[in-house]
Amino acid sequence: MTTPIAIEVNCATGEVIERPLTAEEITQREADATAAAARKAEEDAKAASDAVAKDALLTKLGITADEAKLLLA
Amino acid sequence: MPNTYTLIASNTVGSGGVASVTFSSIPATYTDLLVKFSIRTSNSNVGQGLKVTYNGASAYVNRFLEGTGAAVSSGNGTDEFIGDIPGNTATASTFGNGELYMPNYTSSVAKSILIDAVTENNATTAYQTLTAQSYAITSAITSMSFASMGSGSPTLMQYTSFYLYGIKNS
Repeated sequence: MTTPIAIEVNCATGEVIERPLTAEEITQREADATAAAARKAEEDAKAASDAVAKDALLTKLGITADEAKLLLA
Repeated sequence: MPNTYTLIASNTVGSGGVASVTFSSIPATYTDLLVKFSIRTSNSNVGQGLKVTYNGASAYVNRFLEGTGAAVSSGNGTDEFIGDIPGNTATASTFGNGELYMPNYTSSVAKSILIDAVTENNATTAYQTLTAQSYAITSAITSMSFASMGSGSPTLMQYTSFYLYGIKNS
């Protein structure tokens, strides 16, 4: 597997360096990926749960989503 | 009110993509910093987290408001997440865009940062994120690093670009 590349732009000199990630950076990157996947799964689950609850409430009230918007406008 | 914008540095990612883009040795001769970015990542999700690290460290407090195209949510965090950018299943050849604004980046108090970002996707699901960030550092910001923090360790794809501007208040 190819080692990911990092770009560093030195604002003082204008020099641009492309280098492989260090072992520490690769470890951090993998930790970020794991955390991001967990965060996204949590958000998606909440959004799905909220949508189901909203539909159930509209059904219980016997109104459409557009009618609910009118009530809240 | 800022009245000058000076391009300090920019970078456009080349073929093959990269893991991160860092601006180092940022001069302390401006009042505020502004970064304009256009990004697409190699991840398979429509929306993907963008992270930023200042001075190579992290000690952040974030508050964010996010829209998905179908719902809105808000939250907080202490990681480097600053918004959503498109993954490689978003509409082909589209790049998300956004900006990061940091006033008084050389001050000796904690830095307050505003970031907005959108994923750009021609479908129902498209993320928009507005983030207020506080960074508890009392020294000047001299470096800023951007990377995707999505699952699968994605790269910032070719043609992703960053433009760093310095702004003076006089």
